[in-house]
Amino acid sequence: MVSADSLFGPIDPAPDAGYVDAPPRMGFFTDTSVCIGCKACEVACKEWNLVPDHGLDLLGMSYDNTGALTANSWRHVAFIEQPRPLGRQTPALAGTPTGPSGSAHMAEIASTTPGVPDTDPGLPPAPHPEPAGRMAAGPEFLGMPGTDLPGRQGGGERTDLRWLMSSDVCKHCTHAACLDVCPTGSLFRTEFGTVVVQEDICNGCGYCIPACPYGVIDQRKGDGRAWKCTLCYDRIGEGMTPACAQACPTESIQYGVLDELRERAQQRVERLHADGVPEARLYGHDPNDGVGGDGAFFLLLDEPEVYGLPPDPIVTTRDLPDMWRRAGVAALTMAAAVAVAFVGRS
Amino acid sequence: MSDGEEIGARFRRFQERLADGSVGAGGPERPLERGVGTPGLDVPGRDWSPKTQRREPGGGGEGGRRGGGRGRGEREGITVPPVEFSSYYGRPILKAPVWKHDIPAYLFTGGLAAGTSLIAAGADLTGRPALRRAARVTSLAALGASTYFLINDLGRPERFHHMLRVAKLTSPMSVGTWILAMLGPAAGVAAVSEVGPLLPSRGLLGFARRIAPPTGRVAGLAAAALAPALATYTGVLLADTAVPSWHDAYPELPFVFAGSALLSSTGAAMITAPTAETGPVRRLALAGAAIELTASHRIETRLGLTGEPYREGRGGRLLRLSRSLVLAGAAGALLGGRSRLLSVLSGAALVGSAVATRFGVYHAGVDSAKDPKYTVVPQRARLEQAESDTDR
Amino acid sequence: MAECHPVGFQWVMEAKRRGAKVFHIDPRFTRTSAVADTYVPIRAGSDIALLGGIVRYILENELDFREYVVAYTNAATIVSEDYQDTEDLDGLFSGYDPETGTYDPTSWQYDGHEPHGQMGDAPVQRETASAMQHESHGPPVPGETERDETLQHPRCVYQILKRHFSRYTPEVVERVCGIPQEKFEEVARAWTENSGRERTTTLVYSVGWTQHSVGVQYIRTGAIIQLLLGNVGRPGGGVLALRGHASIQGSTDIPTLFNLLPGYLPMPHHAQHASFQDWVDSIAHPGQKGFWGNAKAYATSLLKAYWGDAATPENDFGYDYMPRLTGDHGTYQQVLAMIDGKIKGYFLLGQNPAVGSAHGRAQRLGMANLDWVVVRDLFLIESATFWKNSPEVETGEIVPEECRTEVFFMPAASHVEKEGTFTQTQRLLQWREKAVDPPGDCRSELWFFYHLGRMIREKLAGSTLRRDRALLDLLWDYPTHGPDQEPDAEAVLREINGYEVATGRPVSHFVELKDDGSTAGGCWIYSGVFADGVNQAARRKSRLEQSWVAPEWGWAWPANRRILYNRASADPEGRPWSERKAYISWDPEKGEWTGPDVPDFEKTKPPSYRPPRDASGVAGIAGDDPFIMQGDGKGWLFAPAGLVDGPMPTHYEPAESPVRNPIYGQQANPTRKVYRRSENPINPSPPEPHSDVFPYIFTVARLTEHHTAGGMSRMLRYLSELQPEMFVEVSPELAAERGLEHLGWAHVITARSAIDARVMVTDRMSPLRIEDRVIHQVWLPYHWGSEGYSRGESANDLFGITLDPNTLIQESKVGTCDVQPGRRPRGPALLDYIGEYLGRAGVTPDHYPPILTTDAVTKSARKKED
Repeated sequence: MVSADSLFGPIDPAPDAGYVDAPPRMGFFTDTSVCIGCKACEVACKEWNLVPDHGLDLLGMSYDNTGALTANSWRHVAFIEQPRPLGRQTPALAGTPTGPSGSAHMAEIASTTPGVPDTDPGLPPAPHPEPAGRMAAGPEFLGMPGTDLPGRQGGGERTDLRWLMSSDVCKHCTHAACLDVCPTGSLFRTEFGTVVVQEDICNGCGYCIPACPYGVIDQRKGDGRAWKCTLCYDRIGEGMTPACAQACPTESIQYGVLDELRERAQQRVERLHADGVPEARLYGHDPNDGVGGDGAFFLLLDEPEVYGLPPDPIVTTRDLPDMWRRAGVAALTMAAAVAVAFVGRS
Repeated sequence: MSDGEEIGARFRRFQERLADGSVGAGGPERPLERGVGTPGLDVPGRDWSPKTQRREPGGGGEGGRRGGGRGRGEREGITVPPVEFSSYYGRPILKAPVWKHDIPAYLFTGGLAAGTSLIAAGADLTGRPALRRAARVTSLAALGASTYFLINDLGRPERFHHMLRVAKLTSPMSVGTWILAMLGPAAGVAAVSEVGPLLPSRGLLGFARRIAPPTGRVAGLAAAALAPALATYTGVLLADTAVPSWHDAYPELPFVFAGSALLSSTGAAMITAPTAETGPVRRLALAGAAIELTASHRIETRLGLTGEPYREGRGGRLLRLSRSLVLAGAAGALLGGRSRLLSVLSGAALVGSAVATRFGVYHAGVDSAKDPKYTVVPQRARLEQAESDTDR
Repeated sequence: MAECHPVGFQWVMEAKRRGAKVFHIDPRFTRTSAVADTYVPIRAGSDIALLGGIVRYILENELDFREYVVAYTNAATIVSEDYQDTEDLDGLFSGYDPETGTYDPTSWQYDGHEPHGQMGDAPVQRETASAMQHESHGPPVPGETERDETLQHPRCVYQILKRHFSRYTPEVVERVCGIPQEKFEEVARAWTENSGRERTTTLVYSVGWTQHSVGVQYIRTGAIIQLLLGNVGRPGGGVLALRGHASIQGSTDIPTLFNLLPGYLPMPHHAQHASFQDWVDSIAHPGQKGFWGNAKAYATSLLKAYWGDAATPENDFGYDYMPRLTGDHGTYQQVLAMIDGKIKGYFLLGQNPAVGSAHGRAQRLGMANLDWVVVRDLFLIESATFWKNSPEVETGEIVPEECRTEVFFMPAASHVEKEGTFTQTQRLLQWREKAVDPPGDCRSELWFFYHLGRMIREKLAGSTLRRDRALLDLLWDYPTHGPDQEPDAEAVLREINGYEVATGRPVSHFVELKDDGSTAGGCWIYSGVFADGVNQAARRKSRLEQSWVAPEWGWAWPANRRILYNRASADPEGRPWSERKAYISWDPEKGEWTGPDVPDFEKTKPPSYRPPRDASGVAGIAGDDPFIMQGDGKGWLFAPAGLVDGPMPTHYEPAESPVRNPIYGQQANPTRKVYRRSENPINPSPPEPHSDVFPYIFTVARLTEHHTAGGMSRMLRYLSELQPEMFVEVSPELAAERGLEHLGWAHVITARSAIDARVMVTDRMSPLRIEDRVIHQVWLPYHWGSEGYSRGESANDLFGITLDPNTLIQESKVGTCDVQPGRRPRGPALLDYIGEYLGRAGVTPDHYPPILTTDAVTKSARKKED
């Protein structure tokens, strides 16, 4: 039924799912280096897909009052304040009578604010505040010594300041764990290679939620079903652009044929390196990564985990054949034990 | 900026350093020493450095004194965090399972059903009618409970039958559904066949009375054939997720569950069946204990960081409890001899250990998903490993 | 810009992709700063010091576009020898009258020119914000002027400018603005290096710039820089205002202002414009050069559009029907008059003064003292519920049971529910189709006013009272359609465009308007928008099917011109300054001006044309004078007339400032409009004592997630949840100084009020070093009020009322305050709390900060006597 190579490695998902002459795989390229954090993507998505509001919670996570991708937010704009320079940017606060940075402190307090009451698990608080502090405190936390400019260190004055913004979304993985583990067939692969939940099929078993290596898909309380970005299946089917990409004013969110987007992204990252932004890097673009490449990939300016993304996700089903083998052995062991126990002297 | 220093002087120095490239030469201060500056004209007398002090969630609406006691001049103790990594506001990266306690409960009842089906078959073939009867009834009851738990846990219980739309090898839950769907009726028939002897010897019912034993045997053997799969697939069910402590433990989980299935079922048998017939069951209990203890020991030792949740927190506590119950139960099974009381007590201990194991494993996984540490650190390590490999 | 104009900002990002360098100068590190190459923090209210520093940088290093400056600006013009500069008078210009607090600009005149009629009435000019009438044309100055094109004459504008700005050195900029010298030089270098023959720079400001007691002079300084660098009238140049929301440009062209009529014709003043002829002459200035020579045609056509056949030459086209100004009827004067019970009724159309205007408390108290208020809005906003739900109800100043104001709430149609035009900052009219019918009782403004007029006229029908004639004689015949009798918006646009009375043929250009009553036109600068009976504003031709200027997309006033004064894109001989920047140039063969845009010049007037000595009007403009609306055809570096507060910009501290003016003895704008009333206390500033009671600077601004006073965003869940609560942003340093907690509560206090806000501690705010002090700034969004899903206290409640003398726009972008942790006292206790602050600050009902803070005037007066 399933060949092992359908579970891992670079493939074209739509044909693999059985579509004959499927259209080219479509996806998103989110270039965070031009994101201005306007959140038009969040609103456009909710307007088009009739997603419920996520509630009025001041999270204090810089300007992020959405907090995470949840059943009620299919686009999420992250805001990260760091006392670090952005490329060759002139130090923003140099020459002003500043003290030490407050970013880490702010992030720590914001790490435990409760929010998004209507989804499960939604946006849980941080178990420990330090990782929040490290996210906002600058590179020394990432164990990269020697990259510091004077005045950025604790005790001294802050001179550098950068404000990262990034619009996160479902990755529409080549190997989508949520889809593979779904016991009802509610989650399915579209002809465009995207992954969509059929709300009339989903029975809320919740298996897809812990299966997602990115923590995207989420359950809506009261409703009981799992919800996530559909890459506007109903729009792209009509040749339209997904609502978020349509609304994005700066082309930070680009929609198109995945292969073309990957090319464009490569050129963009090279351009940024040439322009003196060495920290620019692509994320989720590589067909050889743990999920066979994302249908929605990103250009980031810091480590993925700073944006709340896993640094090296691997689809859990890669090991599924091995898992079944182990389960088989265990089953035989169990049967043998019983046999021995009864056959032995009575 | 020290008082009276010429304005912009630092900026000039900074640019000079940029020019002569000496920037970055100075190694970074430890973040943990930051902000211990003394109050001055414009250096705040306040510690802005990251704290490891825990803040209880809640009170977000009020704000007010949240992060309380951070008043001017106060200092919390600063301790070095165990592992250094960063995460978006420290929030979890993964979404933890939304399953309620139905699922760990099902893990237990499913295992119990599987084990008792096997014991029933064994008893049947080796002529232990009381044991067989007890096991068959227990098995049916456990299957009933399992079905209830599984349906009750759904977000949309009225749609439980959607599970039967498809059969997917990639979805352990789908596989399990089909195992249950087949094993259930078999075990049911086997259990029902036990009423045979109570039926009148004549007429239609008499016919039923006559065919009950052979039907029961066939059904019982069919159930027994499927039982090991039912007991062990649940290991895959948990492992086939992104939950770090579950996935990393995939080689052992099926053995843990097989072992604890044997423990629960033998325990149940020791409680319900006369000691005269439970000899094999006691031997089986020892085997189960051996399998379970070895497998769970491997999990706690082999896994490294993601093994932590099995040793600490709720998961750790429950698994420690489970272990001591296993030892007690096994000892009872070994030395209990023909004492009915001891037999019941040690049986109860074994059943208890199985319950504790399932809930322990469940909570360990949930905790590992809720803490970004278990997601980020191993993946970082993997990347660095890959880099160093390519370097070589 | 990324915060308030994210959609327009896409072009900045596009330019950045192509290698443009983006600078962002702001007291706050915003979403714009996040993507800028260089962020320049600045003390709110010190912009003229920065821009003046750049003017000096240009002049000291002779970086000006000399040929352009000599030929096209008044740099070479000689100024009267009576002129005295702020350098001589410690921050005042010559002609200051301490009694009225205004200038007599006689001494600012070009050499050898008699002051013109209006000149003496500076007080009246301020009362009526008459400077605004010059938005589209220069004030009166005679054409011929003494010039020294070597720019060496000590009294030529160039030298005066040089001397005036000589103090604005990088050191001074650093001391006044808190901008490190290196950053200042980075900005100055980038601006100048990107200007000249081959390159041009656009200056884009947002309307926050206007909201200062010296707002007009902020923009003047920007204009001076652009003129010196040759960035006016050329592609890629100019000064653009990003308006606060859709069609604000339109609402000044066809004004919602008390002192203007459509097309920037002045509202008649009872004394100055007693007769039709006085009025017309005051616009046309007989003998004056430039396009305003035809003012009578524009005025006559407007009156014909109002009163149709009832407007005849015999009755001066109904001029006596026109209401007359008697003084200051600006919005803030109105509000104070309401408090005094002098005004009975109020129309609010898509406006929410209870939240959006300065001194919210005065706004609400005023409205609570009316007989009736009509609110037309999409939602039930604070200005409709102030009587039952406002801070004053809490303090007991408004008692719902006793508040006699009758509120009529009229649900309004949104912009997608009605047709019409938007006129945006680039003067481009774009027609909007109606997308959906408005729900329920929602109606368009057009519907409301047409039917209101119709009903009033029906009620008055048959009245013989003289006072009712103006209404009864109105031409009020717009065709309507649909079940709701919606007036035809295109018919209105047709009337605005203007038409021949006899034939009804729409005119195609304002030159077709006549002064004999044979044409009617609602707004002369819009003439042509309905040329050939076609709605030109509705044109949507693809840019790919036309020239890069895209003249067939919408329609721009005047005459579909996309760049004003574009004659300046060619050199005096009519040749392009450079191939790269070629735009409009003289074609000797054809004998006409050609280019991708409509020439802003008489099409066939050659560069060599020199006017005969006695020429006036258009004929008086020489072939190399691009600024055809100016009397002398030149761009004004120095404004001899037209501005109430001086011929050149000077750094004055805001009306409320924690620091003494580091440059002059004169602390703040000496001509600013103040209202000395007990409900309008002003925080003390140096040299007054106790300014330390309000030690911090605060500014207010907008968030991307919300819209102005929140009426269109706080009422929507999807927007409210993105910024769910009112907050105040503070630096870690200030948080430490005041013991503020991130996400905790704090309250901000001024002499007017105190408001609660959640604290946002962020590195994005940083203290500045001003002189030898550390100055802290905080900022608050002003979107919140007491209605909607997301509620909060209103930042505009913190401001007092102090106005720019030229425009009567309030200073609502900078003030001083105190910030304290925790929530403010509630109920009547709030008043005691404020009172206690006033006490410590020495603010009493009979004491106001002095306007004049230098004795230079009396000194110089004494000199004269000796």
